Amino acid sequence: MRMPPILAYALRRLLQAVPTILIVMVGTFLLMQLAPGDMVDALVGDMGGADAAFIARMRQEYGLDQPVWVQLMRYMGKLATFDFGWSYVYEQPVSTLLLDRLPVTLALMAASLTLAFVGGVALGAWAGRHAYSAADNLISTLGLVFYAMPNFFLALLMILLFSIHLGWLPVGGLRDIAAFHTGWRLWLDMAIHMIMPVAALSLIYLAFYMRLMRSSVIEVSELDFVRTARAKGAPEGRIMRHHIMRNAMLPVVTLLGLQFATVLGGSVVIETMFALPGIAQLAYNSVIRRDLNTLMGIVFLSSLLVIAVNFITDLIYARLDSRIELR
Amino acid sequence: MSLDPDLATALVEPSELPPEEPGRLAVFWRRFRRNRAAVFGLVLFVLVVAAALLADVITPGDPLRRVAQPLTDPFTNPVAPLGTDQLGRDILAGLMHGARVSLMIGVVATLISVGIGIVIGAVAGYWGGWVDDVLMRFTDAFQTVPSFILLLALVAIMGASLESIIFGIGIVSWTSPARMVRAEFMSLRHREFVEAARSLGQRPVATIFREILPNALPPVIVFASVIMATSILLESALAFLALGDPNHASWGNMIGQGRSVLRSDWYVAVLPGIAILLTVLSFSLMGEGLNEALNPRQKK
Repeated sequence: MRMPPILAYALRRLLQAVPTILIVMVGTFLLMQLAPGDMVDALVGDMGGADAAFIARMRQEYGLDQPVWVQLMRYMGKLATFDFGWSYVYEQPVSTLLLDRLPVTLALMAASLTLAFVGGVALGAWAGRHAYSAADNLISTLGLVFYAMPNFFLALLMILLFSIHLGWLPVGGLRDIAAFHTGWRLWLDMAIHMIMPVAALSLIYLAFYMRLMRSSVIEVSELDFVRTARAKGAPEGRIMRHHIMRNAMLPVVTLLGLQFATVLGGSVVIETMFALPGIAQLAYNSVIRRDLNTLMGIVFLSSLLVIAVNFITDLIYARLDSRIELR
Repeated sequence: MSLDPDLATALVEPSELPPEEPGRLAVFWRRFRRNRAAVFGLVLFVLVVAAALLADVITPGDPLRRVAQPLTDPFTNPVAPLGTDQLGRDILAGLMHGARVSLMIGVVATLISVGIGIVIGAVAGYWGGWVDDVLMRFTDAFQTVPSFILLLALVAIMGASLESIIFGIGIVSWTSPARMVRAEFMSLRHREFVEAARSLGQRPVATIFREILPNALPPVIVFASVIMATSILLESALAFLALGDPNHASWGNMIGQGRSVLRSDWYVAVLPGIAILLTVLSFSLMGEGLNEALNPRQKK
């Protein structure tokens, strides 16, 4: 029995991710080795010192006396089962810690990328259709300025305007702790708290996708199949939707996948600024508090997220572009 | 700032010309000049470079020392024309010395990342086969870790000195130039002039450096402006989070400091923010102008 081509394609893509994940595991291990002092040093430091025999016994217990490659194998085995070790700062397993924090980051990412993609594609398509008009020039110039804006500066300007001057939006946090909201009021409160972080994180990418979509629409509009469709007398709206948009979106979809990692990195600053309890803010805290196990857990988990998102965008791309060979 | 893959072939031409032919350079300049935005970018860039060069002339001394009453408003005290922050430090001095640090980080980190990218991309693209497979899986893996998170990990391990930050930024941004150089090498390695060099018995290393690399380099040089802008943004984000080197003036750090007095003295954070914005904007505009000037086939 033969598999449908899209399934076979998905399976092959998944298999291709295996070596990537293995290399990330080795890289994470090497970073841990580079750090001055090991886990036992940290523990002994916390206890205020211990005698040499005790330290040696602890090293033996944790397998730190084994050859490096044995330690590497063990470490990879643990990562494969999502065992990232113990956080001595938060006094709980790193995996529990990450799982608690993941929803906030995923919500922030999903909202920001959706806004950036939908807004960028819509504005870019509009600007491309009305190329070189006054409105197009304004949109394009604004896009350029936003693209050069560091996200933390944009966030700061928004806080200055919307929180300090206008008093419309909260400065930070995930909810109004003093209000004791429940049910849908709580959800609404959390949504209001997410407006500025999402805007600060996504406007830069929205600007980028808009510029890309604009030039892509201009380029595709001049291709032969569009002229053919027009010559056949197809209505302009149909040409835009079926012929131009579908093809012009391809580079934006590719970029969305490629840039997911950058957006995730950018959320470190945004989550920290707006005091959102996600994994990106945790990354910052674990640098400040020297919690290497947690930091490495985040490095590994975030690269898994990036691989997953790229896998999904690959599938979307294959659906959008009928020319692509499913190989 | 997206770069066209066709750029490569368009760029090969001018680089192959002997330098003593000024006509092509004039043509290039005429095309570049036609894009007013790119010229504006060039002017901005020259201003930033001038600020960096004249930092010790206009604002001599340590920019991190106290010069006047804390939180002096801009344009009220000639000692600190743009005012002071909450520690009484001159904002103008911070901006000018910060330009120096930002440009230095941009240049050195870009050299490191392009250097690593050239070595990996050249080896992968020249030999192909399993060497290429291994190196590209390695590059893939590097690309899946968000660069800012990897940078945090590197700074946590190596400490927050200026050197380790620059090295860290170089380490997290070599993958794009590597892919670019690899693609160039793939398309150039079977060209006649390369085959000729090979059949004359030239060693691979010499072929890579003397024959292929000069032709593969131009698009990478254009892309370097993108890496430079990203490097400056990465450093400013680190410094904003107070994870930068505390011994050097830094725009990002000034914004981070200004955040706590945003309510009463917004200019402390906003002035350095504008400095970063204009610097990064200058790179984007110039990059676009370069792209258009070097790739005239692309329709406007």
